[in-house]
Amino acid sequence: MTDTVEVRRGIYHDSVTLMQVSRDVAAVEGVTAAQVAMGTELNLELMRGDGFQLPPGTGPNDLVLAVRAVDDDGLGRALAALEQALTASSAGGGGSFGDEPPPHTVGSATRRAGGADLAVVSVPGPHSFTEAMDALSAGLSVLVFSDNVSVEAEVRLKDEAARRGLLVMGPDCGTAVVGGVGLGFANAVRPGPVGLVAASGTGAQQLMCMLDTREVGVSHCLGVGGRDLSSAVGGRSTRAALALLDDDPSTELVVLVSKPPDATVAADITAYARTLRTPVLLALLGEGQDDLTTVAQRAVEAVGVEWREPWSWDEQPPPPPGGSLRGLFAGGTLCDESMVIAAAALGEVRSNIALRPEWSLGPDLRSAGHTMLDLGDDRLTQGRAHPMIDQRSRLDRIAVEAADRSCSVLLLDVVLGHAAHPDPAAELAPALAAARATAAADGRALAVVVSLCAAVDDPQSPRGQADQLHAAGAAVFLSNAAAARHAVSLVTGGSR
Amino acid sequence: MTLLDGAPRVVAVGAQMFSDALAAQAVEVTQVDWRPPLGDSGTEVHLARVLADPRHGPANAEAVDRMLTAGAELVDVRPASEALGLGRGEFLHAGPPIGWDRASGPLRGALVGAMLLEGLAGTAEESEAALAKGDGVSLDPCHHHRTVGPMAGVVSPSMWMFELRDPVHGGSAWCSLNEGLGKVLRYGAYGPEVVERLRWMSAVLGPLLQTAVRSHGTVDVKAIAAQMLQMGDEGHNRNRAGTLMFLREILPDLIGSGAPTADVAEAARFIGSNDHFFLNLGMPACKLAGDAARDVPGSSLVVAMARNGTDFGIQVSGTGDQWFTGPADTPEGLFLGAFGPEDANPDIGDSAITETGGIGGFAMAAAPAIVKFVGGEVADAIEATRLMYEITLAENPVYQVPVLGFRGTPTGIDATLVTRTGILPHINTGMAGKVAGTGQVGAGLVNPPAEIFPAAVAALAELAPPLGLEP
Repeated sequence: MTDTVEVRRGIYHDSVTLMQVSRDVAAVEGVTAAQVAMGTELNLELMRGDGFQLPPGTGPNDLVLAVRAVDDDGLGRALAALEQALTASSAGGGGSFGDEPPPHTVGSATRRAGGADLAVVSVPGPHSFTEAMDALSAGLSVLVFSDNVSVEAEVRLKDEAARRGLLVMGPDCGTAVVGGVGLGFANAVRPGPVGLVAASGTGAQQLMCMLDTREVGVSHCLGVGGRDLSSAVGGRSTRAALALLDDDPSTELVVLVSKPPDATVAADITAYARTLRTPVLLALLGEGQDDLTTVAQRAVEAVGVEWREPWSWDEQPPPPPGGSLRGLFAGGTLCDESMVIAAAALGEVRSNIALRPEWSLGPDLRSAGHTMLDLGDDRLTQGRAHPMIDQRSRLDRIAVEAADRSCSVLLLDVVLGHAAHPDPAAELAPALAAARATAAADGRALAVVVSLCAAVDDPQSPRGQADQLHAAGAAVFLSNAAAARHAVSLVTGGSR
Repeated sequence: MTLLDGAPRVVAVGAQMFSDALAAQAVEVTQVDWRPPLGDSGTEVHLARVLADPRHGPANAEAVDRMLTAGAELVDVRPASEALGLGRGEFLHAGPPIGWDRASGPLRGALVGAMLLEGLAGTAEESEAALAKGDGVSLDPCHHHRTVGPMAGVVSPSMWMFELRDPVHGGSAWCSLNEGLGKVLRYGAYGPEVVERLRWMSAVLGPLLQTAVRSHGTVDVKAIAAQMLQMGDEGHNRNRAGTLMFLREILPDLIGSGAPTADVAEAARFIGSNDHFFLNLGMPACKLAGDAARDVPGSSLVVAMARNGTDFGIQVSGTGDQWFTGPADTPEGLFLGAFGPEDANPDIGDSAITETGGIGGFAMAAAPAIVKFVGGEVADAIEATRLMYEITLAENPVYQVPVLGFRGTPTGIDATLVTRTGILPHINTGMAGKVAGTGQVGAGLVNPPAEIFPAAVAALAELAPPLGLEP
């Protein structure tokens, strides 16, 4: 048995409160007796009767805490409960009216935060429609980060937005910049004349970062969701976003970034774009199209700035040519662009988001020949965080590829910016160094190429990230297309 | 003002990291305290379907507007046989439909007392036998007759009823006269003093009130309800100010009725000493509001909450007369004399119509005198009312809470909001003894069973236009 008696002078609680506190503490596991009371003669007598030793001079103005427990652990729990009960009894009592409860719905939050104009919805996909609809009903435009939203639900949301003069960004919209504020995953780009309408999150990030290398800023980047230009959705948000940017005085040039759209929708949108006062540059992604770096060059030159190749740090000893290229991506569009470039030189590139159905990987996703994985694909992120935040899936895969004798070149993207991992290189650099050591121990060379999607003001310090990755043996490129070409050149042994 | 003018002001729901990233950019962001909805998996699909229904928003706006604008005037006092056409052996009861076999103690006790009152049986045993056999007796919910009854809510043909009219939407509603507290029929007591009191109410009080109301002209019950909230009543567990205001209104006409002075004095004493006399006027006033909001296709507004001592049921504007029921919970609260929690019957009565109409537990912050029911502190009462704004569609322009800066009470429970937030309506209530014949044992708080709200949402989803929501 362990007793403790503590006397606190000058603290008063009424007897009803203290009886409740005593009861709460006595209920703690391992406590055999607890008396918390003011030191009146009656109370002191009761405590003595219970066998507690009281310090001399204890009087009616003292709060006496007397607790007996079976062991020290029990006593510790009792004292913690005692503090909690005493704190609770002094907070919010008497005349305090307390705080308003937190808002439980978007509608309620909108009424509280008078003047809100945008909702960011990232609840699990099946729940996102309800929150997004609530936001529209409350008069807010909405960015739906969530995926797994049906196309019918998407159309319903976008029709409601049109009716109310609002914009739906998404679903599955990972990136937006509105009024200089990055939403979702967004790089810290400077304000400027180029407005983006993007059906691709990492595509928009890459383009903004390429503009950033030439100090060309972005007015707004409005995501529309990857399906917006499909025939089912019909470019509903693209049209609304184009109209918003056309009315925006700071936007001098609009770049529309999308995978090749449905032909009818493309014709509609192109015709619509011609009616706008602001010039619109159409940037379609895929085989036979300009890569994002080239699109950035066109945009930079269109606003009257000289283009230069983006910065890179590629002084690493090249391995002997041959072997397989393995790409491990967090950004879907970056993976896609790399595959287009690689396939043009190397032919078949297997993937979980393959360019052609016959190049799809099996269900176990084991690499076979030249292989690129989009680790941020919906099917690989269920129940876990996106690889831009949680790199474990990629770190594991790096080790797997390093142990594969056929793998000669690793190609990775590292996406910086708001909401991304605070220091990805700190985890990747040791993993890459270990991968190279594994290969070296096996008598092989393993080259590593990194596409660093970053703006100079990103919170992770792009330069520091590049230094760490380079020190681990990686060649580092700001341009994803340049990184892909370099990786291909290492496999073919040709000049890039 | 468009989205692109200046930095956005953001409401965020979901991953906290996005709010953190916005806060790091010095953006004003309000984070929603989101949680998965009530009910089984599949509720989210029903919710989406209901919110996708183009009728939903306008329907809710229409329904709650009708609820808020409904008036409530006392126009007459008449026996149930005349006002409701109740025939011999026909009884009304509180809550969703139920038969004798599933009826709880207090409902059985009240029915026994009504049998005795109507002279359909000579003893309690004979009453029970006849009720069990259904011999010459029939039961029907008050709500199916535009009527509400507190606790057991039993109405029999000879009981006198307040008759209220909604001059705005044209509805009518009825409620019996309140008997007082303690051993009374509505709490399931049926002893000789209970039946004797009811006989006096039918013979003396009812006719007197009829004469007085007819001579006075309509009494604006809604106006009294609005004032009582500013005088420390919440209209469910505290009706003291309302009762006295009603008595003040009607007293000159009682005196002027020409009835024997002793009868007038007895009636005035009975009304004035019964702190809950006004409950039976506030309830039909709220019933008028709920009924005005009925039958708006697509609306998820709750238009009735009622309990029969076994089941708790709700009705929703967009699903007609369908009841969504679950087991009634047992209230928590304070007990009279030596009674304790083990003596209490599960929740019973149509009086949750007050919370449906935006008073009662929803106006808890207006009634600091009864905060002991909600945890003892004024702050608890204020928190209780504030939380209800999360599940209601409007702030009542007439019913106001002084301590919240005369903010309108949270009014118009939305079944989708309850389902989404998991916040259950907060109901103040009396507690009946579970053994028939006991009477009142206490008063306190209760919530509806959670599952009835997603059930209502599922039914609304069935009625909504199809929308493929599977990805």
